[in-house]
Amino acid sequence: MTAADVEKTAQSGKPLHGEALRRQHTREQWTLLSLAAPAMIVVVLIILIPVGWLFYLSFVGSSGEFSMEHYRKMVEYKSYARVFLTTFQVSVLTTLICIFIGYPLSYFLALLPARLVGIFMLAVLLPFWTSLLVRTYAWLVLLQKKGLLNDFAMQIGLWDSPVKLVHNMTGTLIGMAHIMLPFLVLPLYNAMKKIDRDLMYAAANLGASPAGAFWKVYFPLSLPGMVAGSLIVFVLCLGFYVTPAVLGGGRVIMVATQITAILENQFDWGAASALGVVLLVATVLFLYMAARLFKFDAALFGKG
Amino acid sequence: MMNMKKLAMGTALVLLMAGTAHAADPVTVVSWGGSYGAAQDNALFNDASKNSGIEIVRESGASMSKACLQVESGAVTWDLVVTGSGGAAAAAAKGCLEKIDYNVVDVSDFYDNLYTDYCVGSDVFATVMSWNTDKYGEPGSEGAPKSWADFFDVKKFPGTRAYRANNVDGALEPALMADGVPADKVYEVLSTREGKERAINKIRELKPHIAVFWGSGAQQAQLMKDAEVDMTTGWNGRFDNAKKDGAKVGYTFNQALLDYDCFAMPKGAPNKDTAMKFLAEISKPQYQANLPFHITYGPTNKKAYEVTTAPKELIEALPSHPKNVPLMLPVSLEFYAKHRAEALEMYMELLSE
Repeated sequence: MTAADVEKTAQSGKPLHGEALRRQHTREQWTLLSLAAPAMIVVVLIILIPVGWLFYLSFVGSSGEFSMEHYRKMVEYKSYARVFLTTFQVSVLTTLICIFIGYPLSYFLALLPARLVGIFMLAVLLPFWTSLLVRTYAWLVLLQKKGLLNDFAMQIGLWDSPVKLVHNMTGTLIGMAHIMLPFLVLPLYNAMKKIDRDLMYAAANLGASPAGAFWKVYFPLSLPGMVAGSLIVFVLCLGFYVTPAVLGGGRVIMVATQITAILENQFDWGAASALGVVLLVATVLFLYMAARLFKFDAALFGKG
Repeated sequence: MMNMKKLAMGTALVLLMAGTAHAADPVTVVSWGGSYGAAQDNALFNDASKNSGIEIVRESGASMSKACLQVESGAVTWDLVVTGSGGAAAAAAKGCLEKIDYNVVDVSDFYDNLYTDYCVGSDVFATVMSWNTDKYGEPGSEGAPKSWADFFDVKKFPGTRAYRANNVDGALEPALMADGVPADKVYEVLSTREGKERAINKIRELKPHIAVFWGSGAQQAQLMKDAEVDMTTGWNGRFDNAKKDGAKVGYTFNQALLDYDCFAMPKGAPNKDTAMKFLAEISKPQYQANLPFHITYGPTNKKAYEVTTAPKELIEALPSHPKNVPLMLPVSLEFYAKHRAEALEMYMELLSE
């Protein structure tokens, strides 16, 4: 008998209880599906249908007929492209700032003994429980021309005339990074807590320098948490309204602001929907390209 | 045990709330925040509610787009909504508003142009230029700014400015006047694309000096209180109230834009009849006569001038006072009905640069 013959017999030979196993498998799949059904119905009801409605509305012209006018307008006026650019710029920068502040912070938290973590975690979470609007206006009070920071810095002689810290991109980024930080720190801290400390000792034992052990062992293991956190931050930033509106001083115009302007002035759901659709599509494209470029889907889902 | 108690209390609370909602059916009155809404509470709503026995629920965040959304989605919860005259006209054109029943609301003593089929004027206000008096001097004094040309002249009046954000209402007219267009020709020039471009270009010149674009009346007042900017456009009453709070701010009616706010009723308002009665009540002169004590906006009911106990200086400070009206340019609703969409696109273009 050749090797090929052996294979053929193995394939054709029915395994014991094959039929029963397959049936059980099918039943199990249906059970799982039915368990997921409520969630799926909710997803369809509150996500798919409204988003579909949004797509539909964006193609309805001002006199109620099918029309591309809203999309044409986005090409005709440069403001739309600029607003999308600003939106992505602010979101990327906020995410990067959050990573630069949040990574060391999470690392520090992960190293702390359990009884101290609670206190420091509270410092991260406390602002999280305060109203978004209150936090945003608090930054305005701190950063404005005659705000606390400028007053203090001028008193101790750091600078002579007020520095423009708010009503611009700087103020927007400061406020957004502060508000978004917990969204990065929580998943990242969680991922870091799960990293086995012994792996670091093992790396050291095998001759890795502390920095080498960190970059070769610890950092890659913390990546899923960082990617998850960054994604949450980035996506939340894209639709942000309050903070850029207040701290941007009307100079940092993001998509949400533009949508409001159109709704408030023209009551034009179609034009506003078209902006929503473009933001949605642009976000999906952006994330897809980022996933291809940085292979973060692998980091996130642990696939090779 | 604890849970049972909580449950019982919760149920009682829900029953209580449901009970009151059925018993009275209060009228939901929606206005704006800051000193404006407070002024209406003190002058109009509280007393009118007491005298007429009509219970009201006060909400903030009035907006015609939200009213339209309620109408289109068939879930109207608002009965009376404050709006600018232009907003009311646009919402009426979209079919979002209930016709005012002038058999109930008495406007026989109103100025003719301060009520329409769909809204009843509540007050007359002006979009003015205001400035930090420490920096540029008291209004009327030597060297103080006098016209829009001064507002746009950063050589003569060095400093920072604030201007309107994300809304084109009242943004283009000042620029044209600063550019030398006489007030009575402003809307004629603006009705062409070139005219709008001319205004936009004028604002573009000023833009490096515009430190903040304001989004609300409350923000105008705050900017002047904090001395965050040296000069801004805005609504006269807000600046008078900021001044009362200690802000170093002055303004001029010269070349200002004369406009009015009004009350409108979303189509299908849940308490239409009661709300109409309440609207009739607050439109009476005795309530409007109290408004100037709380904010320097003029009455729309002529009789209010007769019955008011406000001192002469206060009356003369109102935008609708005969002494002030000739200085100003009345806002053209017709222009905004036709040109707002295009003007807004062009203005947003400038803002996003």
